[in-house]
Amino acid sequence: MNIIPFLILFPFVMAVLMFCIRPNKVRNAIAYIGATVIMGGSFFLMGQWIMGGCKPIQLYYETHYADMAILCAEIILMIVVTFLCFKYKKYWVSILTIVPTCMMAYLELFGPKTAEIAHIYIDHLSILMCLIVGVIGALIVIYAVGYMHGYHHHHTDIEDRRYYFFTLLFLFLGAMFGFVLSESLLWIDFFWELTSVCSFLLIGYTRESIAITNSFRALWMNLLGGAALAIGIMYFTFTERNVSLHYLVKECMAGNNFAIIPVALIAFAALTKAAQLPFSTWLIGAMVAPTPSSALLHSATMVKAGIYVLFRLAPAMSGTITGNMIAFIGGFTFLITSVMAIAQSDGKKVLAFSTISNLGLMVACAGMGRPETIWAGVFLMIFHAISKSLLFQDVGATENALHSRDIEDMHGLLYILPRLATFMFIGIAGMFLAPFGMLIAKWSAFKASVDSGNIIMVFFIAFGSATTSFYWTKWMGKLVSHTHLTEEKVKDITKKNEIISLTIHAILMVLLCALFPLLSKVYVDPLLAEMFGKSSEVLPQSLLYMLVVIILFVFAVPAIAFKFSRTQQFNRKLSYMNGVNTGENKAFTDSMGEAKTLWLSNYYFYKMIGQRKLMLPSQMFAIAVLIVMMIMVIGGAA
Amino acid sequence: MNMILRIVGYIVLAPIIGGLLEGIDRKISAKMQRRVGPPILQPFYDVKKLFNKQVILVSRSQTFALISYLALMILTGAMFYAGMDILMCFFVMSTAATALYFAAMVTSSPYATMGANRELIQMMAYEPAVLLSCVGFYLAEGTFNVNEIAGSGKLDIIFLPGFFVAFVFILTIKMRKSPFDIATSHHMHQELVKGLTTEMGARNLAIFQVTEWYENVFLMGVVGLFFINGSYISVIYAIVAILLVYFLEILIDNTSARMKWENMLKITWIVTLFTAGVNLLVLMLVRVA
Repeated sequence: MNIIPFLILFPFVMAVLMFCIRPNKVRNAIAYIGATVIMGGSFFLMGQWIMGGCKPIQLYYETHYADMAILCAEIILMIVVTFLCFKYKKYWVSILTIVPTCMMAYLELFGPKTAEIAHIYIDHLSILMCLIVGVIGALIVIYAVGYMHGYHHHHTDIEDRRYYFFTLLFLFLGAMFGFVLSESLLWIDFFWELTSVCSFLLIGYTRESIAITNSFRALWMNLLGGAALAIGIMYFTFTERNVSLHYLVKECMAGNNFAIIPVALIAFAALTKAAQLPFSTWLIGAMVAPTPSSALLHSATMVKAGIYVLFRLAPAMSGTITGNMIAFIGGFTFLITSVMAIAQSDGKKVLAFSTISNLGLMVACAGMGRPETIWAGVFLMIFHAISKSLLFQDVGATENALHSRDIEDMHGLLYILPRLATFMFIGIAGMFLAPFGMLIAKWSAFKASVDSGNIIMVFFIAFGSATTSFYWTKWMGKLVSHTHLTEEKVKDITKKNEIISLTIHAILMVLLCALFPLLSKVYVDPLLAEMFGKSSEVLPQSLLYMLVVIILFVFAVPAIAFKFSRTQQFNRKLSYMNGVNTGENKAFTDSMGEAKTLWLSNYYFYKMIGQRKLMLPSQMFAIAVLIVMMIMVIGGAA
Repeated sequence: MNMILRIVGYIVLAPIIGGLLEGIDRKISAKMQRRVGPPILQPFYDVKKLFNKQVILVSRSQTFALISYLALMILTGAMFYAGMDILMCFFVMSTAATALYFAAMVTSSPYATMGANRELIQMMAYEPAVLLSCVGFYLAEGTFNVNEIAGSGKLDIIFLPGFFVAFVFILTIKMRKSPFDIATSHHMHQELVKGLTTEMGARNLAIFQVTEWYENVFLMGVVGLFFINGSYISVIYAIVAILLVYFLEILIDNTSARMKWENMLKITWIVTLFTAGVNLLVLMLVRVA
């Protein structure tokens, strides 16, 4: 299995190359090759693993040199962050990196002798994560090449540091591979910190003052999670003399008191990474970064790391205080952030809130920790990764052409930028409409929360899905509205590589929708069997048949209807305006007898349910819940 | 075989039953307002006339959206009467409702857009009650499958009175009855003109009308599901209940004035929380005990 060190190290090599090569053309070409190799590598890993019979594989028991290298890298990371903290006068943030790193270094050098463990662990879940990171991540890199070209074309005030940007992108991918493949908690901690720091640097890419403020917010929140992770690992190592993640989960399931506290601490860390309340603000602030980094942070990598850890811990959390509280926070986040999303008209902000909201649902699924909820969570994760990545890239490309990402300005986008609008349509439909997988996953999560008697979750999902549909549907409505109000001609300046990436995403989306029952049977069911030790069929057979019918219907009907509406004979008229039309649908005659442009706007209710009004109270509430959880867990275990 | 029969039955009979119900509706409303009212078959005459009229459109794509609306609504009802998963039925219904929203939005007409926006608010208002009603059935019967719920031998209404109230409450929204007809006002020359349907004419309006009939028959089926337990006598209960509910809706329609959307949303969610919520709490506790 030489492919594993290759997958982890190759992106780092690429990062160095990106940093060293300054001519844009050459670097772009190498970035393409690198992205393709990474994608191929993740497929190769899956292939090898399938050839081996899809069994869990444990590797690398003796890793002294690698341990030392990772320790050195961790210390370098600490120095870089501390330097930046002092440079931008955020002195206190540096404590959050110095303390955990010192703890890890102490553990590595002078800590107790730990049991011999495998450092790499491959199973269904980690292969799935590798595929998401490899495929979506690589596509984002391909897209970024074209996007960043246009970005610096328009934003001439921002220093062109594309070499740095691509360095970070590849670093990020390497960190993610390392993270999802590692079994040793010490390694996990390192890759965790690396993703935190990369996201911090990516958010601060433009070096504008708002970018710097937001990047430090992201940094301290993620480092706080990292500190919790480090404490949890330290505690577990000193009590159990073992640094294996699977061992931790097994011990916790067996009711070992010493394992409960680390699980709670790691789950807490995962909450920060998955941007759950009260830590949601960093992800919203991350929107100032160029679009590819938002896409990368939101869909493929960063936030999914938190979810991945929670899935790993899910069997241990099932039915415990930790699990219930995590599920509660997830459900609460799902509802509140979907309400806040209604009040946003900035396309990227809506995507940010919806990401947090969907992550909330995944976190809730993990917290409940039953096979059905994990099933739902895994599908939510897959569909969310693809459709969010698609949407982010599309909004970015639209912004380049339209010079705005406000949803109100997308009125009639389908007639101005048909290609981009269609992709956007597919992406949004994937987020909530039947028969796309998100909805089926919601079905399953809903059923499971009823089964486990979790009343409050039932309410969160019932109300949350109503508000979710609301903000997506009104966005779609804007796209299809007929008369567009922009006078100047808009040119679609989307680069070919951006279109390639978007097309692959859209195809994946539709394919997954069709293949989803198959995927459930051959992949996700075994994943659950591996996780819970017993196999279970989540999706009943009758539902499967129904799904096939719905899929056929939903795709066939519009096609036929479209054909029909093209051939019909009709008489075109102006829309009804109380008889004060001016001769075109864009304007009406006002009471002074002059033509007035007609503006149509969606509802946003920002005074009622805006971020300013809801964010702080819900953060306070979530903090209170977290404190109660920690007290109960520590008090209960002690 | 039985299943196919029921699907065909729904597709053929639903518009007839829906049209008749609307005819009766108009007649009773007229009587309440001391008018004579149109003949009971008037809705059919209307639709027939609409189909024969010259097609006038603001936007070509409206037909496309409306046909999707019709087809998806038929699918919803067919799935329900075939006895499939009730939660899935409602999911498909919300996709159908989205198609209707597009049909109004696509015109970019001020009144239609306003009506469409309000339709969205309505969807947001009724969705929790709908989903929770499904949960109610699941808690009472242990399944989402309509066939199993209907044939279980249990009279669900005894377990689910709160859910029933919540569902009937949102029926007023779904059936576009006053005080919740905020997306499509009944009468011209009001602040909304005809809201969502302002720009629908001729064949398109006919499609909309027929779809409403299909929808009503589906919704009444859900009302009936609260009463059916597999025995013949329960079918009579169900029919009586449906007629009573329908009459209640007509009565509410004729005795109340349109509400502002803020109030509608608030009241609907509060009623949902209190009726369905309390009922859910009780059922869950009983299940645990």
